[in-house]
Amino acid sequence: MKFSIMVSEGPYTHQASDTAYQFAKAALEKGHEIYRIFFYHDGVNNATSLTTPPQDDRNIVNRWSELAEAHNLDLVVCIAAAQRRGIVDEDEMKRHRKDGHNLAKGFRISGLGQLIEAGIDADRLIVFGD
Amino acid sequence: MLHVINKSPFERNSLASCLRTIKEGASVLLIEDGVLGALEGTAVSGKVREAMENVKFYALQSDLETRGVSDKLMKGIECIDFGGFVDLTADHDLVQSWL
Amino acid sequence: MATKKFLYVNRKAPYGTIYALESLEVVLIGAAFEQDVSLVFMDDGVFQLTKGQNAKSAGMKNFSPTYAALGDYDVNKIYVDKESLEERGLTLDDLQHLTWEDENEDWAEKDSIRLVTRAEIAEIMDTQDVVLSF
Repeated sequence: MKFSIMVSEGPYTHQASDTAYQFAKAALEKGHEIYRIFFYHDGVNNATSLTTPPQDDRNIVNRWSELAEAHNLDLVVCIAAAQRRGIVDEDEMKRHRKDGHNLAKGFRISGLGQLIEAGIDADRLIVFGD
Repeated sequence: MLHVINKSPFERNSLASCLRTIKEGASVLLIEDGVLGALEGTAVSGKVREAMENVKFYALQSDLETRGVSDKLMKGIECIDFGGFVDLTADHDLVQSWL
Repeated sequence: MATKKFLYVNRKAPYGTIYALESLEVVLIGAAFEQDVSLVFMDDGVFQLTKGQNAKSAGMKNFSPTYAALGDYDVNKIYVDKESLEERGLTLDDLQHLTWEDENEDWAEKDSIRLVTRAEIAEIMDTQDVVLSF
């Protein structure tokens, strides 16, 4: 079965991104396909490469990047939500003349249409948020 | 239809609102702080037990464990792991998260 | 492209958190995909539709005029939970008058908001393909 996932909260404050991650992992282990994971609202903060948690805690951002690499996942960060919250890739950095970019490996920035498409093309869309 | 509740019933109205809206034969999965609604002997246990006549309840094991309340799980609520969570979403046509 | 039934469930008041505003942004973008769209406003979500919102003194952006534009995007199934309104001391008169023009009836102006009971909301939810909750 084809799953899409929407993550609506940032890492660490809410459990939403932990739950979404465990769900995605379990779905993949069961042989399901993850069509797309869409990060919206504060969920875009799952994609900042500047995250530096204490050594003895999980690194939620790296964990997503690694899962994406292992399973060729499509991790999409909403551009409008990302711009509000200071998540930029290299192109956005140049376009808005910012002095740095912080989109973590395995993520891409795109529009809200990707969320609608994720709903249309997948068999199930599951929302994790607050 | 599968309804997912991730909020404590003592803090938010997600569970109450869901139970007022839900159709007979639907399923409710309690996750994150939502598992606090799955415990025996609380102020909401009666409401949940009443709803259990029409609706099947599940609770996510890892969230009960992290909160140290696994032994307080109400009778009649099925404890599932993430694999079970995935199965539930696959078995139901539609999933709604009551954020 | 396949047509699916999309339901947007709005249960939070506006301004205290960003969910109402960003939900509306999804609805507007989603309208371009020509899906079968419904919106439900229940619990504190009914406050999103109040008329006379003024965000100036809070230094925020008043996004409520956008709801009036939904009809132009063919988003005209807006369900408001009657019980939620009553519990919060509101009536239909406290809400914006949202309309759409029916091209099949010589562009007659029709109301977009329909007051519904919880039981009706349960039926509406049950018939959807995708539920996005905010």
